[in-house]
Amino acid sequence: MQAVFTRPKTLKDTPTHFCPGCTHGIAHRIVAEVIDELGIGEKTIAIPGVGCCVFLYNYLDIDVLEAPHGRAPACATGMKRANPGRIIFAYQGDGDMAAIGTSEVIHAANRGENITVLYINNTVYGMTGGQMAPTTLLGQHTTTTPYGRNFRNEGYPIRMAEMLATLEGVAYSTRVALHKPKYVMQAKKAVAKAFTMQINEMGFSMVEMLSTCNTNWRVSPTEAIDKIENEMIPYFPLGVFKERTGKDFL
Amino acid sequence: MRVLTKGNIALAEGAIQAGCRFYFGYPITPQNDIPEYLAKNLPKVGGTFIPAESEIASINMILGASASGARAMTSSSGPGISLMQEGISYLAGSELPAVIVNIMRIGPGLGGIAPTQGDYNQAVHGGGHGDYRNIVLAPASCQDMFDLAIKAFELADKYRNPTMILADAMVGQFQEACRLTPEKPVIIPDKPWALTGAQGRPAQFIKSLFLGPGEMEIHNLDLKKKYDTIQQNEVLYETRHLDDADIMIIAFGTPSRIAKTAIHLLREEGIKAGLLRPVTLFPFPANAINEYSKRIKKVLVVEMNTGQMLRDVQLSCTADTAVYFYGRPGGGIPFPDDIMREVKKIM
Repeated sequence: MQAVFTRPKTLKDTPTHFCPGCTHGIAHRIVAEVIDELGIGEKTIAIPGVGCCVFLYNYLDIDVLEAPHGRAPACATGMKRANPGRIIFAYQGDGDMAAIGTSEVIHAANRGENITVLYINNTVYGMTGGQMAPTTLLGQHTTTTPYGRNFRNEGYPIRMAEMLATLEGVAYSTRVALHKPKYVMQAKKAVAKAFTMQINEMGFSMVEMLSTCNTNWRVSPTEAIDKIENEMIPYFPLGVFKERTGKDFL
Repeated sequence: MRVLTKGNIALAEGAIQAGCRFYFGYPITPQNDIPEYLAKNLPKVGGTFIPAESEIASINMILGASASGARAMTSSSGPGISLMQEGISYLAGSELPAVIVNIMRIGPGLGGIAPTQGDYNQAVHGGGHGDYRNIVLAPASCQDMFDLAIKAFELADKYRNPTMILADAMVGQFQEACRLTPEKPVIIPDKPWALTGAQGRPAQFIKSLFLGPGEMEIHNLDLKKKYDTIQQNEVLYETRHLDDADIMIIAFGTPSRIAKTAIHLLREEGIKAGLLRPVTLFPFPANAINEYSKRIKKVLVVEMNTGQMLRDVQLSCTADTAVYFYGRPGGGIPFPDDIMREVKKIM
């Protein structure tokens, strides 16, 4: 019998620590499929940040460096400069990248570092128990916004893909979602494009992925999927915010 | 051949000759000569210089380059070194080699830029979180800056451990005649643990997170074993006139230079003073100090702070040794006269 659907070679056959309903696993699978399809498993190094993403070395069968919280783009800078022939990607959550790590991601992007950042936006700090992140939606209840996020006290949800798109060093900045098959296929294309741009030495690429955290959102997996559609996408619109078409460096 | 060179420049040149090809740093006085020299000279040897956006970014760029197997360095001072402590702790926990240079400035806070030794405790006894040690080297001359830069990379690679060069601004800014060639050929070891892509080998990872029951205790005990080996094998110190000394002065960096003059003048007056100068602050020459203190019952510690190495000396000396202290915190550099006066008070 012919197998029509198999585990990607780069995705290890191991039990997952992610909660049922979490879309981190989908993101991992997409990355593994793209690495296999581009045939770059032996020269790709992943740098996860701190949070639920940190266990990437348990799931992907490639070299992995653990970075301090928020610092993955700086670590990726050092690693890429020392290893220019390798494909280096950071894998960061929204607390990691959009709060404590804003400085590192902005300056890595602005230098046009030839790296890829995969950014999982689920609007909360997942691993620490669902505290407010800079991406938490207005009115959203978290353990540190028990009355709902109020812009007068906590400000507004931050849109990283749009912000990074303003920087000259950025080759590709896009936002995708992981809650339905159609979007997952688009997300995979975006990851493939980002990695391909890095292979072609076009500069900094970033893929923001809207993800669920049904555990900390205190909803069922299906309700979480609806929340991405009805609450996240209206505030965090999907699309490509910047894309270089050639080696059009300034 | 010897050339007239500034301490900071000698250190930067030493780093290049040690095979350091990656420097990441952020400006701060009094260490700016180091990044400026490397910005000019690293590209000439195919190296990379990045003016980083912060000291936090600098130390994490080091982490990435080091994980790739490269020799990488950063330098800073005072507040900048404080900002790097998270990264230094990660380097220690992940067992990654790196060289961090601290040309100290006066603290706390923004403080000042005159010579000081206020960061001894931070460098030797902690700084970042967790149960780890930096290897710490204390140059006292321009020649030391060059030689210890090479030594720092050698030790960092040998033990896969962050190594700090701790110098005061006098050592960094002073110009002296200096040999700018290595004493022995530089050998960079193979690094099979480096992350270079899993080509022809299983995938591997570098991390400092150990959440499994008991894992972290095993990791910390392994690190302790490594620090014990370093303590056993890598102690460096210099002595002068200790064989017949009635009082032992202990000082590192610039105060050790001043103490040498004081000892010379004291001996002209018939007072038998000697010097022990720790070159490695971790590993600390505790055994050597203990041995000398069995015979020399008076010890004067001289530092440009309020007494930081003093505690290590007190712990090293025999119980019946009288340990005295003379300190000049905050930019005050002792004169030989000051040290002579303190010695005469004791004798």
